Formats: sequence, C-alpha cells, structure tokens
Amino acid sequence: MTEMLSYDFMQRALLAAVLVGITAPAVGIYLVQRRQALMGDGMGHVAMTGVGLGFIFQTSPVWMAVLVCVLGAVTMELVRSRGNQRGDIALAMLFYGGMACGKLLVSLSAEAGSGSLESYLWGSILTVAPADLAAIAVLGAVVIAVTVGLRRQLFAICQDEDFARVTGLPVRTLNLLLAVMAAVTVTVAMRVVGLLLVSALMVVPVVAAQQLTRSFAATQAASIALGVVVSLAGVTGSYHLDVPSGPAIVLLAIAVFAVFSALAAPLARRRHRGNTEHGPKVCDGRPPVRGPERTSSDTTTPERRAGLAQ
Amino acid sequence: MTHPIPPAVRLRDAVASRGGRPVLRGVDLTVQPGEVVALLGANGSGKSTTVKTVIGSVPLEHGTLELFGTPYGSFRAWHRIGYVPQRTTAASGVPATVREVVSTGRLPQHRLLPFRRKDRAAVDRALAAVGMLERAGDGVADLSGGQQQRVLIARALVGSPDLLIMDEPMAGVDAASQQVLADTLRSEVGRGSAVLLVLHELGPLEPLIDRTVVLRDGCVAHDGPPVPETGLHALPGHDHVHPHADLTPPRLLA
Ligand SMILES: Nc1ncnc2c1ncn2[C@@H]1O[C@H](COP(=O)(O)OP(=O)(O)OP(=O)(O)O)[C@@H](O)[C@H]1O
Ligand SMILES: [Mg+2]
Repeated sequence: MTEMLSYDFMQRALLAAVLVGITAPAVGIYLVQRRQALMGDGMGHVAMTGVGLGFIFQTSPVWMAVLVCVLGAVTMELVRSRGNQRGDIALAMLFYGGMACGKLLVSLSAEAGSGSLESYLWGSILTVAPADLAAIAVLGAVVIAVTVGLRRQLFAICQDEDFARVTGLPVRTLNLLLAVMAAVTVTVAMRVVGLLLVSALMVVPVVAAQQLTRSFAATQAASIALGVVVSLAGVTGSYHLDVPSGPAIVLLAIAVFAVFSALAAPLARRRHRGNTEHGPKVCDGRPPVRGPERTSSDTTTPERRAGLAQ
Repeated sequence: MTHPIPPAVRLRDAVASRGGRPVLRGVDLTVQPGEVVALLGANGSGKSTTVKTVIGSVPLEHGTLELFGTPYGSFRAWHRIGYVPQRTTAASGVPATVREVVSTGRLPQHRLLPFRRKDRAAVDRALAAVGMLERAGDGVADLSGGQQQRVLIARALVGSPDLLIMDEPMAGVDAASQQVLADTLRSEVGRGSAVLLVLHELGPLEPLIDRTVVLRDGCVAHDGPPVPETGLHALPGHDHVHPHADLTPPRLLA
C-alpha cells in the first residue's frame, strides 16, 4: 500500500480517480433522471474526434477533447430540445461519425501505431500526466460546483421541463449548462476510465444507489460516495493486477449494483413492516354476498359454466 | 382600459402548431383576476396546446400573449403562476420523494438561495391541502396515478399563485379527493386567485366556474357563462340548443 503510494504516477492516478468518482455520478444522475443514460456514451464517441485532433496537432488531447465534446453536447442538446422526430438519427450520425473520425485522425497522425489511443479508450493509470491532473482538477471543480450547487434547479428541469419553465428558470440555459457539464465530465474521466466506459461510471453508481434510496438528494450523495469508492478500488486493483483501470472500475461498480439490487427487496419489506396504520394486515370478513344479478343477455347457465370449466 | 387591473391572461388571436401541423387557428382567451374559467372541448381540440402557449412552452406563431398586463417576452413574475400539466407521471428515472417534487414549486420564491423554513412550511401546507402530507417522505414512483396527480396539484399550490393553470387536474382522482380538491380550489379562489382549468366534466367544480370556453378544432366555439350542458353537448356533433335541455338534471350531463 505504502509502496504503491510512493510512486508519483500512482498519487496522480488516485487523485484523478477521486475527482472522476465524484464528477461522473454527480452529472450522470441528471442524465439518468431524464432517461438519457446513454448520452454519456455518445459523448465518449464524439470525444474520440477530439483526441484524434490532439494527436494530429500535437496539442493536449484533453483540451481538444473538451472542445469537441462541448460542441457535440451542445448539438445534442439542441436536437433534443427541438423534440425532433428524427432526432435519434441525427444523434446516431454524430456518435458514429465522431468515433470513425477519431480513429481516422489518430491513424493519420505521427503517433499512429504507438497504441496510445488504447489508453484513451480504456483508461490507464500510467498516463495521468501532471498537466492532465491540473486540467482534471480545474474542470472537476467546476462540474462539482455546478451539479451540486444547482441541484434543485437541475432536478426541476430534468423532472418536468414544462413545469420548470413556469417557475421562471432559464430552462434552455440550464439544459445547455448540463450538456456542457456532461461533456466536460467525459473528458475529465477519459484518462481514468477510458472513453468507451465513461458512461458506465456516470450511470452505474447512480442506478446502484437508487436500489436502496427513496429521495433524490440521498441518491446523489450515495452515488458520489460509491463512485469514489469504486474508482479508488479500481485504480488500486489496476496497479496490483496490471490491467487497464477502466474495466476494473466498471466491473466493480456492476458488482456493487448486483449486491444492492439483491438487498433492495428485503430492505423494502423491512421498511414497510409494522406499517399497518392504514388498514388491517389482511382483509377481514367478506363483502356482503349479493343475489345472482343476471342480465337477459347472460344465457350461461351454471351447468354450462361448469362444463366450460372442465 | 375598462379594467383598472389587467387580466391575468390575455391571449389574442393565438396561432400555434405542433409537429408542423396547425393546432390553434386564432384563439382568444382572457382570464380576469379572481375569475375561474373552464376550458372544454373534445380530445385533440387544442386545450392542452392553448394552456401550453399560455405558459410559453408552445411558441406562438401569430398573436399576442400578456400575463398580468405584461407581454410574455418581458414577463418575469413567474412566482404568480402555478401550473398542473395534463396527467403525466410524477416519476422520473431517479427516485424522488413527494416532498422533493413539491419543493420544486418553491423555486420562484427561493431562487438561488437555500431552501428555508418558510419554504418547508409552505410545502407542508400544500401537501396537507391535497391530503398527501403523511406520504411526504415516500417516493413518488410508489404512488398510484391519482395520488401522483394530487402531488402535482400540491406542487402548483405551494407558491400561493395568483393564477392557477390546471390541465385536467381531476383525471384519475377519486370522488372524495375531488371534493377535497374542489374545497382547496375554493379557498384559493377566495384568496383572490384566478384559475384556468381544462376539464372534461365539471363535476364538483361546477359551482366555482364563472365562465366556460369551448374549443373546437383549434377555434373558440363558445365563450360565456357556464351553461350546464356545455360540458357534454357543446362538443362537435352536438347542437347547442336541445329541446329537453331544461328538463335534464345538470348533474347527469356534467
Ligand atoms: N407533442 C405533440 N406533437 C405533435 N402533435 C401534437 C403533440 N401534442 C398534441 N399534438 C396535436 O395537437 C392537437 C391538439 O392536441 P391537444 O393536446 O392540445 O389536445 P387536447 O384538447 O388537450 O386533447 P385531450 O382532451 O386529449 O387532452 C392534436 O390533434 C394532436 O395531434
Ligand atoms: Mg389535453
């Protein structure tokens, strides 16, 4: 343990894991609330184009990915808010185009074949450079401030957009803000979990937490706590087992989800036990028996009914 | 200029379409302060669309909208309006308690400031008014459809609005709760609130209603005092004048 912490790269990776563990579920909860759980996936695909551009221009792939991903997120939000019937087709084009474009750009770049795209796709604890960590910290702080600070406002627009408009919230601005935060989160998380699994860290801690919670506030808090725990554990496991960090984190999160869903039913039963103030435990007595009310069209005799039942 | 106090809603010549298809073709609708207006009409006649243009979620292609005398574009006093959407589920992809959902109705009051004790008290009062206070800590997804509807009504009441806009608030609500809601609405009206209601049947609200507006294919077909039979007989395919109208008890028709 102390040996692991003595490496600079490991310190950076663990710090990044904490930031990612907080930001991904903090944003993801709103996407899940709006039943857009796969939005993060799309953004991960789009971000690949940014990584490719970073390779081509020899600039930081993180900032390029932020740029491209924010543009992609704003486009997706505009398509969504139009309520366009063919919106899903536009989104599909964006996703596939982003991924294809990213791979193409990377293979055109000088670094092609070095396998470094691999680390963006699946995450790697070895690649969190000091400059990356600074970017991750700044972006992560912004995301946390927005998603936790504006909880009531973002909850309202994701719960019921029409109603939120009547409360005077700037619905369009908040929607765009949320899309941008999701895009930023994808790029923040990409070094640690990888672009292909970013969405999992945005979604799985949330759905795991909500197996056991009833309120939004508790779900948000629990999912952030879970996100931090699985990210730290996943990065540690990745160090010891020499596997990519992304799959380790995501499989851990899924395991937590499985355990929580198994616990959900017994816990709910326990919560409702003794909750009988609104009525007896079982129906007592029988309703008064009425005489046969047969209409003229009802020609089924008891004999025939018995025959049918056989 | 005849009214010193401007109307709560003043929609003039509203033209709007949805999904590229014209739905409203020149609707005029005015709700005076303290007035209770029922909006009636067949399925698809444009009642919900009219209500959505009033709250601005369906844009006007033509015509004007003023809320409390202010053109829609510069209207900011959203704390004066409470809205109950047509039967949607109150549940979303993440669990939320009844209290959390109703609390969103206080956003115009506390804005970016923290949720304070008086906001909490208002939420309790609104929940008590719809008879859902003892379920405040339960998840909305665990409620029945009618109970969720009552939660959405509480969410609209929680800001003590001067204009309540309700799209079929009674849908799926049992008779006893309808009576409770009618009493709640009566006290809101007594407070001076104006109400715009979309209804299919007047039911226990009938004595409260000052005026009915009937829509037919996106046009106003009737605007006047609530004739007992408007609830049913003003729908397309029915004549306004029935020879036996006076003989039929309104209760049966409503
Ligand atoms: N989301 C939508 N997209 C496209 N068209 C819509 C949409 N909602 C409603 N419409 C169309 O607008 C017309 C009016 O719908 P609206 O919801 O205003 O009717 P309504 O009077 O409220 O009916 P109901 O009694 O069923 O609630 C309908 O013909 C419908 O086809
Ligand atoms: Mg409707």
